Formats: sequence, C-alpha cells, structure tokens
Amino acid sequence: MPVTNSPRTLFDKIWDDHVVERLEDGTCILYIDRHLVHEVTSPQAFEGLRMSGRRVRRPDATVAVVDHNVPTSDRSKPIEEPQSRLQIETLEKNVAQFGIPYFPLRSASQGIVHVVGPEQGISLPGMTIVCGDSHTSTHGALGSLAFGIGTSEVEHVLATQTILQKPAKNMRVSVEGKVGPGVTAKDIMLAIIGRIGTAGGTGHVIEFAGSAIRDLDMAGRMTLCNMSIEAGARAGLVAPDETTFAYVKGRPFAPKGGAFDQACDYWRSLVSDEGAYFDTEVTLAAEEIIPSVTWGTSPQDVLPIDGSVPSPSDVADPARAAQIQRALDYMGLEAGQKIAGTPVDVVFIGSCTNSRLEDLRAAADVVRGRHVAKGVRAMIVPGSGLVKHAAEAEGLDKVFLDAGFEWREAGCSMCLGMNPDRLTPGQRCASTSNRNFEGRQGPDGRTHLCSPAMAAAAAVTGRLCDVRELVKETV
Amino acid sequence: MDKFTELTAIAAPMPTENIDTDQIIPARFLKTIQRTGLGKNAFAAQRYDADGNEKPDFVLNQEPFRHAEILITYDNLGCGSSREHAPWALLDFGIRCVIAPSFADIFFNNCFKNGILPIPLPREICDELMDDARQGSNSRLTVDLERQVIVRPNGETIAFEVDPFRRHMLLEGLDDIGQTMAHDTEISSFEHRPSRAWVPSITIGTVK
Ligand code: SF4
Repeated sequence: MPVTNSPRTLFDKIWDDHVVERLEDGTCILYIDRHLVHEVTSPQAFEGLRMSGRRVRRPDATVAVVDHNVPTSDRSKPIEEPQSRLQIETLEKNVAQFGIPYFPLRSASQGIVHVVGPEQGISLPGMTIVCGDSHTSTHGALGSLAFGIGTSEVEHVLATQTILQKPAKNMRVSVEGKVGPGVTAKDIMLAIIGRIGTAGGTGHVIEFAGSAIRDLDMAGRMTLCNMSIEAGARAGLVAPDETTFAYVKGRPFAPKGGAFDQACDYWRSLVSDEGAYFDTEVTLAAEEIIPSVTWGTSPQDVLPIDGSVPSPSDVADPARAAQIQRALDYMGLEAGQKIAGTPVDVVFIGSCTNSRLEDLRAAADVVRGRHVAKGVRAMIVPGSGLVKHAAEAEGLDKVFLDAGFEWREAGCSMCLGMNPDRLTPGQRCASTSNRNFEGRQGPDGRTHLCSPAMAAAAAVTGRLCDVRELVKETV
Repeated sequence: MDKFTELTAIAAPMPTENIDTDQIIPARFLKTIQRTGLGKNAFAAQRYDADGNEKPDFVLNQEPFRHAEILITYDNLGCGSSREHAPWALLDFGIRCVIAPSFADIFFNNCFKNGILPIPLPREICDELMDDARQGSNSRLTVDLERQVIVRPNGETIAFEVDPFRRHMLLEGLDDIGQTMAHDTEISSFEHRPSRAWVPSITIGTVK
C-alpha cells in the first residue's frame, strides 16, 4: 500500500486502502468489502465455482437478493414465467449451497439490490463494493468505491474476494450554487450527462462536489451516483459527511457503538485533499439547471423541459445526423418540436435511480388532490419492501391509489422489463429509471427519462410538462 | 476459455455509435442460467421483425456477414448494462474480435474474460477497415495478437495496443481466478489488518 505524502483524491484514498498487491504491469489485486449478488448475473458464476471445486471465500461479505426478475404484483401466487422462476430458484439453491446471506422474495426487506444495500447498512463509506450490475455506482453516494462487474468477475470475487484492476482516472464534477424549486438530483444528473455525454466519464471515477451536491440528501446523492454509468464512468463518489453518518447510524448491518465511532474517525479522512490532481474537471452552475427530460434513445439526449427536439440538420457529422434521425423515428418525434406537450401512455416511477421514500414523497406532492389523466397507465414500484412500508405509514399509498396509480411490490420492474411489467410497441413512457435505450422497457417502447416529480406531473396531465407550473402555488 | 492467437475472418461493418448492451442482447433473453445459446438472439431487435423473420437490411442477416467473426463499429461500443450476456451472445454468434474507436469499460473487460479481443483504433482506421469489410466474401482481415497487428486484404498492416497482462491471458487461454488464488497469503494478511477492524461481518443465513 503505497502511501505518499502528495495530495490524494477521495478515489485515490479508498483505492490505496484496498490494494492487496500491485502486479508488475500495474494491475492491482483490489480487495472487495461487499459483494452484492442478484439472480440474473450470478448463475453462471456459481456454476463456474462448482465446476472448478472452489468455495466462496467470504460468505460473510456477500449478500444476495432477488430483484430483476420478480413480479411486482401479488406475491402469494407462484411466479408464472418458468424461466424467471428457474433463475430465482437457482439463486436460492446457490445461496444455500455456499452459505450466503439472502433476502428472499417474501422477506419484508426484499428490494432492488441498490436500494437494499444502503438501506440495510450493508454498503458503508470507505468500502469497495461490487455487484454484477452496472448501477452498483449508486452506493458511491455513501463515499464508497462501488462499481459494476461482469459475471466472470462475479466468479472471481466469489472465489478470491478481490478483483484485478488498474486505477481509474479522476474526474471532479462540481455543481455550485443552489438549485431552483422543482429541480432535483435527477435533473442535475441529466444536465451533467447532457454536458459530458455518455462516454464523457469513460475510464474515470467521478467525484461529485460543490455546494449543490452537499445540499442533497442521501437519496439525491444516490440518484446522482446511480447514473454515473450513464456518463460512462466506472463509478461515482460523494465524500462522506455528517449527512452520510446520520444516514448510516443505526442501520441493521452498520457498525455499532465503539466500532461506529472508530469507523466515523476513518470516514472523516475520506475527502479529496486540497490540491489533489484531477485528470478532468467540470463545473456546472446549479441555478442554470431546470427540470429536464430525455428526448432520444441515449441518456445524453437531454433537454430542459422548455427545449425543442434537435434536428439532423443541426450537426455536421453525417453519422451523428443519421443517429439523430434514427432516434427521432424510433421515438416518433419531429425535428424541432417542443418536448413539452408530448402525450404519454405510461408513467413509471421506480428503479434503483428513483424509488426511495424521498422520491415517492416528491411524486406524491405533485399528485395530491389530482387524478391520473384519462388513458394513462401510471405505476409506482417502491425500491424495497421497507420503502413501501414506510410510504404506507405516511399514507402515500393512499395518495397514489386515490389518484388512479398502481401501487406495486418492490423490484426492477419496468426499468428493464424482465418481469411482466413492459411497454407494448409504440407506447410512450415518462420514466424515472436510467436508460432510454431502444427496447429497454419493452420492444419498441419509447422512454423519456425524468425525475419523480416530473413523471408525476406527466401522469396527471397526460403530457410531458414543467412540474413547476403545476406546483406554482406551493413553491 | 479458448485461446486467441490469430484470426483470419470476415468482418461486419456497423457504423453506429453507442451500441449498448441492451441492443447486443435485450433483457428478455437474460433469463438463461447458461453462457451459451444467446447467439441467435444477438441484436434481436435489429435482426428480426415482430414475427421473428429476419430483416434483410440488417448487416448480420446479409452474406457474407452472417459468418462474420469480427465486428467493427463506431465509438463507445458496449455502453450500458454490465451484462456479460453481451459478449456471450457475440461469441455464440461467432464473433471473436471487436474493433471500435472506443469502448465502454465493463464491456471491454468482459470481452477479454471470454476470449474476445477488443481493439481500440482511431475512427479513420475503423472507416478504412469497414471499407475493406464491405468488399465482400473474399475480403478478410487477419488479426494477429502475437504480433499485435491487423493485416488488411491489401497486405497493409495496422498495429494495435493491448494490455500485456491481458494479451498473455488471451494467448494462453488462462483463467485469472487461478492466478489470483496463488496470492492467497497476501489476501489473508490484508484481511487481518487492524485498520479494518470496523468492517462488520454479515451473519450467515437468510436475512429478514
Ligand atoms: S432498477 Fe433497473 S437499472 Fe436498477 S438494478 Fe434494476 S434493472 Fe438495473
């Protein structure tokens, strides 16, 4: 562990504290503190272990949960899709064989892995966290180095509790100032992706800094870090602070008593030093960010809600122009049209990006006293059983149900449509998820990414619209 | 994992940026518990119509590209989901080498783990190679990992960079788990560092 005296970034510090060994060519054996496992990207890894007669090195640092495939309707019935059922049963068999802690479907705490980890205190500041899922970057909100890995690496971590990697480059994205009313972490992140592009962060770990980030609660920081991968970054990070410690304290698997104090002392050291070197720096002014939506089929296709859809003739590069045309055709939009006013068929509020209690509250604030527009299907899928329960304790379920929303069980749901929650061809959806790729929410489905408040506004008006106009009276 | 040493094959041009892993293999095909069998659904949305018939204008449905073992695209290939099903689907289709100006990190990594060689090359060179590829069935590219060159149909060679460790693993077809396990002593001593005392264990069993 080479500890130098030169100023280091937050990323450098966490990295250095987890290097087991540096190999000749600079590749590091990096120790992993937490390995989160779900049903879709793990079966082949466990099978690999069995075939080579290997064991799981640290079952006590590994946690499994079912989320991607699970139905979000009545769970007293057996799972209908045989392949989904097989994948879930396979996970159950694997966790039993290898002795891995597991949140089963019927657990009150089951939910999306990236909601459950922080919520349970399984993911903590200063840790290295991996999962066979790209949105593992979410956990970086706690000030941990968290990234997605492929199934071969899942097997590698199960067997060795380490991964092989070279250090990433450092990027700092600073958002300074105060955001206006109705502007959320999702809008900030969409603005960042719109600025740097979906490959802007490639090879980098992004540290989010600046006063607008400090002001965010943990749910907002998770939204931000969650979509780091949409900016191409390996991971996103927010330095842990008092907001973080208050969030972590008392969670079921967080350190207790003296261990918590010891941990806090360490966590307080996890900030980028004055003068630390960043390969790339980007700064945004919070005041300039307004509620945003995506218009196309890449998360970088971002528009402020008062904006207009681009035209292929706006760009010089013919490949880019063709891509814009293709996105317009796919999305059923005209070049140059205003994005506001576009009618929607479906509204999905959920996913590891925006399904926490704070997200549901923000949506409920817009919905209260209103009704879902005629012909619109609107659904709320809480991120975990605990989120659902807490929302019900506040009466949010009633707000949504009275307004005509569906109130469902926790899971990934329509974020990727592996379970029966899918768009049908041509349907247009305002979605709080993270990817608007072609077919992501169902074959030929059309996705507009936005914040929970904006999605709620789309639900009650039946169109993409500026939430600030709906809540004018209250903000 | 199969070794990768030298490959002489048909290359398919896909002049598109940001080909994401949802396009390479849509989520509804991720319900398998195996690594094989995904090739028939690679690029499913572009390859088949709603009734499951091949769309004739999609490159991998055309001769000779349905036999392609090399894929050439534009920037940011493999962005999006970490699903290793994407390289599995490509491999099962027959692809052993992917060439693009840039790649998404996780996909790039996942390729190596499955014996697929990803080669980053400048956009102009990708364009030239795509032109080569379009010349039909007699036009093959040779990818020589030992020498780190691509040989064009006209005999010209193009050098490429590859991480030495990964090159070695591909050339030998090695599994890196075994290699890392050889460092067991170092891993154990890391685990016992006093500075890590605060890291809690998660108790075995089903958590409530
Ligand atoms: S909610 Fe969506 S993005 Fe998040 S883990 Fe599930 S499928 Fe992936």
